[in-house]
Amino acid sequence: MIAYVIRRLLLLVPVALFVSFITFMLIHLVPGDPARVLLGEDSTPEAVAALHQQLGLDRPLYEQYALWLNQAIHGNLGQSIQLHQPVLEAITQRLPVTVELGVAALLFSLVLAVPLGMTAATRRDSRLDWLLNVGSLLGTTIPPFVLGLLLILVFAVLLRMFPPGGYVPFTEDPLENLRDLILPMIALGSASVAVNFRQVRSGMLDVLGQDYIRTARAKGLSERRVNYRHALPNALLPLLTLVGLQAGAILAGAVVVETIFLWPGVGQLAVTSILSKDYPVVQGVVLLSALSYILINLLVDLSYTFVDPRITYGAQR
Amino acid sequence: MARSVESRPPGGTPEDGQSGAPIVADTTDISPDDLAPAAPRSAVVRLAQLFWRALIAIARDPRWLFGLVLVAMVVAAIFAPLIAPHDPLLYHPRSVAQPPNPTYLMGTDSAGRDVLSRVIYGAQISLAVGLISVLLGGVIGAVLGMLAGYAGGPIDRVIGVFADVLLAFPALILALALAATLGASLGGVVIAIPLGFTTVHFPVNTVNLVIALAVVRIPIYTRLARAQTLQVRSLDYIMAARSLGARTGSLLRRHVLPNIQSALLVQVTISISFAILDESVLSFLGLGAPPPTPEWGSMISEAQPFLINGDPWMMLGPVLALVLTVLSLNLFGDAVRDKLDPRSADRGVRAK
Repeated sequence: MIAYVIRRLLLLVPVALFVSFITFMLIHLVPGDPARVLLGEDSTPEAVAALHQQLGLDRPLYEQYALWLNQAIHGNLGQSIQLHQPVLEAITQRLPVTVELGVAALLFSLVLAVPLGMTAATRRDSRLDWLLNVGSLLGTTIPPFVLGLLLILVFAVLLRMFPPGGYVPFTEDPLENLRDLILPMIALGSASVAVNFRQVRSGMLDVLGQDYIRTARAKGLSERRVNYRHALPNALLPLLTLVGLQAGAILAGAVVVETIFLWPGVGQLAVTSILSKDYPVVQGVVLLSALSYILINLLVDLSYTFVDPRITYGAQR
Repeated sequence: MARSVESRPPGGTPEDGQSGAPIVADTTDISPDDLAPAAPRSAVVRLAQLFWRALIAIARDPRWLFGLVLVAMVVAAIFAPLIAPHDPLLYHPRSVAQPPNPTYLMGTDSAGRDVLSRVIYGAQISLAVGLISVLLGGVIGAVLGMLAGYAGGPIDRVIGVFADVLLAFPALILALALAATLGASLGGVVIAIPLGFTTVHFPVNTVNLVIALAVVRIPIYTRLARAQTLQVRSLDYIMAARSLGARTGSLLRRHVLPNIQSALLVQVTISISFAILDESVLSFLGLGAPPPTPEWGSMISEAQPFLINGDPWMMLGPVLALVLTVLSLNLFGDAVRDKLDPRSADRGVRAK
């Protein structure tokens, strides 16, 4: 197991290097002197010259990359133009907001999708099944930003049940924080609900057709017990892969949802920095979101062993 | 040019006498016939057959109906100047932010422009960006994937890492960053392409959108094409072609591609709906074409303050257009997949 983890981590090295290289190259896609791009339009020539020196812009590209990578590994992702603070600090400051939203959306999707998927599978081709399938189709069709706006219209403007946007830290006012969370959580999580629902449904249908389920029924177990104890755990395994992949969709969805609901998270930081041409921040957000996506999927792969004891990594012979 | 198309009587009665089409064809009643008065009989019959086959397909599987919706969208986009009731860019300062009414069927926006006309013109950019970016990304990805699968060895490994890396970026975030960095280089330049009956205004910075959205599509096609090529590679006829001295390029094009193209085609229908969604998100966030250009995402974004003030009408048009397009693409794509890939038809997707 440990050998496997180490091997997987080693395999990540070329990918991570490549990812960092693409992120590094983003600045060079912007026309003009990268030092000037990184410092913003109203920077002094002295500052530009100094950064020019520091980035080694007169040296070959691979040396520039090595310099930049060395800095990045030591946690120095540069200085934000607009925020007057280090990029890493700007991101970590806003990270809790995005993590709260993302985790809430993921939980929301699982809490809804698993029971709904089971219901649809056990009552296959019923009217309820049909209704749930149509619902999941709509869930994958309506983009998060449209759904977010619809939610604002219905629940904030017309019914006045929830605020149309804003964020209060949990530590300041837990209740207000949760009230602020509901609408963005639904907007961000709905697409995942639909995808996960389909996976649970088809996974359950697949499992329910297998012999050991027939055996379980034959020995007189209640339908409930067959569904929950025998079928569900096996139907959930593919869901795990899906959840890992959804981390990417949720990261990207957070960009839009945070913008609509005025949540001061990493997603909103990404948008404001792009619109204000704050390229060091753009670079930092892109790099960190890609790396965290890779890590999340590694963790998902590793967690298979805990969920399904039949899967073992490493000693395969 | 536009005049002549408009002034033609819709019934087309004078031409009917000249066509000399057999009575059998006339009784098949369909409208496409009178579009081709001088066409040879076989074309008319073939059109009728096509129409009939489409009807049967729709009767058997209603999802194909959404294919017609897509065709309607494409037609609306191409013939936007003929269909749109108003000028999409013309300000009407006296009729700002109106709800739907007989003059403006979908209401007007914050500058008094007709929303319906802007929605119709908006289809041009959404469909063009969606289609071109998927084709661009799909071709690059498929070529890389076929090379990787066919060549194997170090080439396979390098291309594999490349695809992994692109997959490692959350697609939308990479597209955002690419559109933003590329966007700095090409400002608000608009190219006008006259097409006779219409003029297509193509803002140069939508090229950035196309590039950004194409790049994020590449890895899916690379993986798909690679996996499919691996399956085909060891088949006898490939061996035969190779032993006859076929060169790699022509072998991939003439022998491998035809066998993997249906899987790629299925992916294309799925990708286009993602691309259109992503495009609308980018333009919603302000990274699309520059302001006066009608674009669904930016229209929704402009309507947002009105929604919060309790006036949702301005958003209705672009939202409906976007959702209907994506819904149609999804359902049509499902139908295409079931048609081309019989394995997916049995519902229980194998869980490995």
